[in-house]
Amino acid sequence: MTATFWRESWIICRRQLRTALRNPAWVLIGIFQPILYLFLFGPLLKPLVAQLGATNAYTFFVPGMLVQLGIFGAFFAGFSLIGEWREGVIEAERVTPASRTALLVGRLGRDMLQLLVQALILIGLGWVLGMQAPLSGAVLGILLTLAIGGACAAASNALALTTKSEDVMAPVVNVVMMPVLLLSGILLPMTIGPPWLVEFSKFMPVRHIVDAVRSAFAGHASLDTMFWGSAWAALLLVAAVWWGTATFRKENA
Amino acid sequence: MIHARGLVQTFHTRQGKKKTEVRAVDGVDLDVAEGEVVGFLGPNGAGKTTTLRMLTTLIKPTAGTATVAGRDIVREPVEVRKRIGYVSQSGSTFSSARAGEEVMDHGMLYGRTKAQVEKRGKELFAELQLDGLWERMPKTMSGGQKRRLDIAMGLIHDPTLVFLDEPTTGLDPQARANLWTHIADLRTRRGATVFITTHYLDEADALSDRIVIIDRGRIVAADTSENLKAQVSGDLVSLEVADPAARTTVAEKLGSIAEPPRHGLPGVQIEGVHVRGRVQRAGRALPGLLASLHDAGVVLDAIEVHRPTLDDVFLTLTGRSLRDAEAGGEDGADDGPASADPTTSDEMKGALR
Repeated sequence: MTATFWRESWIICRRQLRTALRNPAWVLIGIFQPILYLFLFGPLLKPLVAQLGATNAYTFFVPGMLVQLGIFGAFFAGFSLIGEWREGVIEAERVTPASRTALLVGRLGRDMLQLLVQALILIGLGWVLGMQAPLSGAVLGILLTLAIGGACAAASNALALTTKSEDVMAPVVNVVMMPVLLLSGILLPMTIGPPWLVEFSKFMPVRHIVDAVRSAFAGHASLDTMFWGSAWAALLLVAAVWWGTATFRKENA
Repeated sequence: MIHARGLVQTFHTRQGKKKTEVRAVDGVDLDVAEGEVVGFLGPNGAGKTTTLRMLTTLIKPTAGTATVAGRDIVREPVEVRKRIGYVSQSGSTFSSARAGEEVMDHGMLYGRTKAQVEKRGKELFAELQLDGLWERMPKTMSGGQKRRLDIAMGLIHDPTLVFLDEPTTGLDPQARANLWTHIADLRTRRGATVFITTHYLDEADALSDRIVIIDRGRIVAADTSENLKAQVSGDLVSLEVADPAARTTVAEKLGSIAEPPRHGLPGVQIEGVHVRGRVQRAGRALPGLLASLHDAGVVLDAIEVHRPTLDDVFLTLTGRSLRDAEAGGEDGADDGPASADPTTSDEMKGALR
């Protein structure tokens, strides 16, 4: 990790941010997503809180939303890469001496920055609406979310450069996202399910991350929960960055 | 500048259940000296782009070795990349970015400072007639402007060796002629070595010192345009003779100095009032022929000499004309990103099913 590497990553990241910020529609969608979830879905949970084993609807709901934003926003990051590839941008970057990892990390920088802004809006509004979470827990939750978000963005980029077609990529993303959504307890905690479903969902890495983020926000994080959540987030991030770098290195057009 | 030995690139394509191996490049040897402008000519699908992508370190050769700008393409790809410029067929700028920013970011990825690339970029914009387009988005530029912007991208770090892949494909004649002068400038003004692929004969002819012809993944000839034409085809001599009886005499005399029939080219032929044949360096041979025809009492009505074209060269070398080769070159071996796409997506679809 040399200075050159971070410089190259920053050049790529800045270029991506410039393009993203020039498109006001995306900026607005990015900001409104967490707001809409909070105001339109949050109230539905309020009457159900007791059954879910929580005391405060927003303390329960915000962490789930946070991870969902991280995963789902990032999964679509790769679609813009296909456009860039089609216009020859990826090839032009690959012909320079820049590190292939930097080409990926620069893009992840954009995605994670967007995620950070969304997370801050979500958590800030959550506090306004009555969420009770310690600051340290919120910071920890954001860090875990950035890790899993980065992993998903890297995987999405890798998938984009492998498929090179939106038509192929969209169904693949959907196929991956369905079990993640259903088995990770993002919307409702898995613990309220029947035993077989609870056991089954333990095979879903994201579930452990959601548990960790949620217990960090609740302020009663056990070491065990935090360890597995962090370990899975770190493992997924490393694996996805490795995969992404490999596709930037190869990109066997 | 470029020394390649036995370069091979194979791709796997899948059609239904059958998996086939395509040898897109099948043992290419290449030598390009410093300061040379070399045209790499061949029909679509001949392996031009694939060879170029190996030389520019975008893909690893399946077999073979090459040094480019003094560095090994497999062992020291980063060192090769620092020294070469590459203007790809598919463009290099994002359509909604600003032209100047794209050029600057590109230059900064070569380790140049912001001040350096801004200064160099603006100089290049002036040289390449892109004045006033620094803030423009590439999507609002004309085809010719976009190609010149791609060239600016490729030159921002002042490479000593520049690769251009099909630089004028899809341009209108004026934009093409204009781009040619800029390509010629690469050597005359900055002393760069230039390696340019094209499937246009006139382009190879007009721009390069030396032409390397590739067909079906193999190099079939490499020489100056003049030598290629002189060695292989000879000039086409067409003699118009009104008197039918005299035509056989003319054909006989022409046959004594003309090329015998071989490959795709016929020998001396009589077509209507014309007697045609191919003669090496016809300018030198014709005075003798005219004298002997005069002695034989034959009267010629007209005489025409056509310098051979590179199409003739291609025909003699491969037995096919370049145009036929294009039509028959369905392949997918010469993969710009666009044509490689179906393969990959078919594989993906297959995997999903």
